[in-house]
Amino acid sequence: MFVTSAYAQETAPAAAEGDTHAGTAVPAAEHETFPPFNAATFPSQILWLVITFGLFYLFLKRVVMPRLGGIIDVRNDRITQDLDHAARLKGEADAAVAAYEQELAEAKANANKIGQQANDAAKAEAEGTRKKLEAELEKKLGEAEASIASIKAKAMKEVGTIAEDTTSAIVEALVGGKADKSEVAAAVKSASR
Amino acid sequence: MAAADKVDPIHQFQIHPIIPLHIGGYDVSFTNSALFMVVTVLVASAFLYMSTASRALIPGRLQSVSEMAYEFVGNMLRDAAGKQGMQFFPLVFSLFMFVLVANLIGLFPYFFTVTSHIIVTFTLAALVIGTVIVYGFAKHGLGFLKLFVPHGVPGYLLPLVVAIEVISFVSRPVSLSVRLFANMLAGHITLKVFSGFVVSLSALGAVGIAGSVLPLAMAVALTALELLVAFLQAYVFAVLTCMYLNDALHPSH
Repeated sequence: MFVTSAYAQETAPAAAEGDTHAGTAVPAAEHETFPPFNAATFPSQILWLVITFGLFYLFLKRVVMPRLGGIIDVRNDRITQDLDHAARLKGEADAAVAAYEQELAEAKANANKIGQQANDAAKAEAEGTRKKLEAELEKKLGEAEASIASIKAKAMKEVGTIAEDTTSAIVEALVGGKADKSEVAAAVKSASR
Repeated sequence: MAAADKVDPIHQFQIHPIIPLHIGGYDVSFTNSALFMVVTVLVASAFLYMSTASRALIPGRLQSVSEMAYEFVGNMLRDAAGKQGMQFFPLVFSLFMFVLVANLIGLFPYFFTVTSHIIVTFTLAALVIGTVIVYGFAKHGLGFLKLFVPHGVPGYLLPLVVAIEVISFVSRPVSLSVRLFANMLAGHITLKVFSGFVVSLSALGAVGIAGSVLPLAMAVALTALELLVAFLQAYVFAVLTCMYLNDALHPSH
């Protein structure tokens, strides 16, 4: 709607003036064609695009991209380095753990051995002491039994005389006269049979 | 007419000279488009330069963004074109950053969108295809033409296949440029139309203001979508560039 009046007025002079004023066609054409298809603006756009994009390309290629690439490379190097370092430290730690465990195992084995030895020695000593004590006790027991037997025999031998004495005393008390010693002895002997 | 002017969705694409300049009969004035090309380049360069100024081993947020963009494009190119393709890394990275920043800057109200003009996207696409052709012939000589002759195609089909391959190659700069241009153009027109509804409806009084909530919500949602499109189109442009460069490196597929 807004186009029609302007269009009618401007097409005629623009066409009449032709190529000589190609430059001035830019403002005039604004109302005629769809702007993106207005060929009169093409040279300017191409030129400025080439200039700006060309400078942009050079700036990125020369300054920005080496810098960005450098940053990322340095970081990657650093990460690789750190990973290597970490792997090395881990290796060292593993070796230390292995050494520790080996020593621990050795110490354990040693301790066991020492313990076993002490145990054996103690056992042997205890056994020896026990045997000695047993032997001593055995001997004492034997001695005691022997003395008991001798005492018993002695006592048994004395039982006869005591009985004879007692018998003669009883006879004396009952009968009132001295009993013959040999008769009493024979009587006791037959009675104790 | 004033009201119509206000919601004219095409107005934002108009180019007007700021510093008139004529060389050899061509109008090469420094226009608003050129101004925003300069702004795009300055913003992108300044961001990349300043965010990496400290060269921190442990990057801050801004440095992370720069590094992400760098590695993102680098991986994209390496995946598509292999190690040899890395010689084009500066080109692809500049294209990606330029298109991305131009798209993003265009999202600001009253700002001009450089990539909404077919000639700009076409020039960039021509740069890509030109690089492919020049590098392809320089490296492989006539062997580069094997690009149009796929392996294992029976002889009687060959003319047809070659014709299709040639057409597809020729249409690449067109599709590459039109895709970006059309996405930016359509997105900005849609945004402008919905924002225009808000203004027009609000002029109708209380009911209009209540009703303008809908197009306003739509404009907000579209802005988010356009942000996505800005990223996506820069990515698509860079990915396709990588794939075309791969053809220049390895023409016999």
